[in-house]
Amino acid sequence: MSCISADGTLSESGLKMVRALKNGSRTPEDIAKETGLPLFRVRSGLRDLLQAGAVTQDGNSYLLTEKGLALIS
Amino acid sequence: MDAVQEKNTGMPRIGDPAPSFEAVTTHGTLKLEDFKGTWLVLFSHPADFTPVCTTEFIAFAEFFPEFKKRGVELLGLSVDSLSSHIAWARNIQEKTGIKIPFPIIADLNKEVAIAYGMIHPGQSKTETVRCVFIIDPDQIIRTILYYPLSTGRNIREILRIVDCLQTTDAYKVATPANWKPGDKVIVPAPKTQEEAEERMKQNYECIDWYLCKKQI
Repeated sequence: MSCISADGTLSESGLKMVRALKNGSRTPEDIAKETGLPLFRVRSGLRDLLQAGAVTQDGNSYLLTEKGLALIS
Repeated sequence: MDAVQEKNTGMPRIGDPAPSFEAVTTHGTLKLEDFKGTWLVLFSHPADFTPVCTTEFIAFAEFFPEFKKRGVELLGLSVDSLSSHIAWARNIQEKTGIKIPFPIIADLNKEVAIAYGMIHPGQSKTETVRCVFIIDPDQIIRTILYYPLSTGRNIREILRIVDCLQTTDAYKVATPANWKPGDKVIVPAPKTQEEAEERMKQNYECIDWYLCKKQI
């Protein structure tokens, strides 16, 4: 995975994405604008975060889970 | 029939939807759909740690800001491992100070290379030739370039092609030979007798009814 390692450590890009989600649900486009990360990196990263249980998805929006919040606490 | 010929069901053409893929890259696993909504230049090189390829990567890296200004992402590919890509990019940075900012697909099983017709057995059965696919935000292939192993590409020309395509899309015009931004563009040729007659009365720079230019 590119933004979260097997032991749950966030990469720099992963940290940016999770922080962007701290204040509520966001679309990949919102996160790209807020973090300055390229959209393709955000889409790929969100897939990784989804797989790791750090976010949930509702349509094109993503929401941080308790597990995701714990990563930046 | 060997494996490459057996699987190669055809080469994508201009106007085709870009073949979808999911690939391991130096920026994590990427899918073609991750690039939807942006322009993409997908390009292949024969092998890491080879001289011509290294000059091309340095040139792509130097032009990266210009591509980004135009809303274009770059994505490299070769039939090399992820470790090789990472080591090569680190070596380029160590030796030249130039960081490779774009992802590179590690296409060890040649899945993407075969889908895009990048293996030309007359040049090599194991390495890709130097291909460039310019893919628009709707993920349609708009331009294809194939260069031989021995000939490094002109990255400035690839950027110019992007400028041409984006200008065509924005203004519904064509671009003449050697066009660069700021030059006059070609007014699309008339499609009817009536349009042809009207054309010469319009305020364009015309050699004849079918060849007219204008400034945008």
